[in-house]
Amino acid sequence: MSNGRPEGCALVTGASRGIGAAIARTLAQDGWPVGVNYRQDREGAERVVKEIEDAGGRALAVQADVSEPDQVDGLFGRLEDELGPVLVLVNNAGVRADNLSTQIDDDEWERVIDTNLSAAFRTTRRALKRMIRLRYGRIVNVSSIVGQRANPGQANYAASKAGLVALTKTVAAEVARREVTVNAVAPGLVETEMTEGLEDKWLEAVPARRAGTPEEVAACVRFLTSPEAGYVTGTCLTVDGGLSA
Amino acid sequence: MPTTITREQIEQRVFTALEEFGAEPDQIGPDAEFEAMDVDSLDLVELAQIVEDEYGVQLKGEDMEGVKTVRQAVDLVMSKLS
Repeated sequence: MSNGRPEGCALVTGASRGIGAAIARTLAQDGWPVGVNYRQDREGAERVVKEIEDAGGRALAVQADVSEPDQVDGLFGRLEDELGPVLVLVNNAGVRADNLSTQIDDDEWERVIDTNLSAAFRTTRRALKRMIRLRYGRIVNVSSIVGQRANPGQANYAASKAGLVALTKTVAAEVARREVTVNAVAPGLVETEMTEGLEDKWLEAVPARRAGTPEEVAACVRFLTSPEAGYVTGTCLTVDGGLSA
Repeated sequence: MPTTITREQIEQRVFTALEEFGAEPDQIGPDAEFEAMDVDSLDLVELAQIVEDEYGVQLKGEDMEGVKTVRQAVDLVMSKLS
């Protein structure tokens, strides 16, 4: 037990770049050993690990496609062996396959739902095994403002991100009495590779008149994963510069 | 799995878990019903996890259906061990 929490580690899925990388760096600053999960971008994940280590933290890059059910257990097993039980889980891995609803084929629908929503369910289910027994856990799902506010061309992405909020609320209520919290953040327009091409259209509608940064999203995750946020559960924290206000 | 795990050991472990879940010690016994001890579904999920961690026995949701008492739970674990 240290800093009011048991010994263990944090896992950030899709952490080789963008918001995930910023969250991984931030959680490392809070003293968590961090599992930096990546699917393809090994170089990016190793860069994040090096940044964390250079800053005095501890991190491990772990390849796994979290949309593949049989890879989730291996991911957790490796982290449990090398960094301890996963006590902070940030479900950040996400993909987009934008198109008008009539043009989204089954593969594009399923790929987005599998990665953005089903994977979060499976990692959550796996993480809770340890969290429930250890009476401590912090789960944060990275949703999106698109899950709350229409954005034509993203039916699959929006459904997955809205689903994440429903998952968040339900699981939060199920496990709250074991000192496990489950929350979501809903970023608006944030400067990442994933939002390239959307910016001009959206910036005019953002009251803050700018895109957010990955670090601003990470700061919210940092609060939700802190011991001090133990009474905050089942909520979705919007980080959108006022877009949904 | 070692074959030396006895029914008494498992029963004792279940008793300990029930105390951790908040059951009153004087209520706990082989024929005590979980519901009467205020042991709920999340407690039973944790009990299944304890059994998996400590005895290597996986109890799925359908296995636990109909399990109302400590004796039934221990019977279930013993049947999976054999």
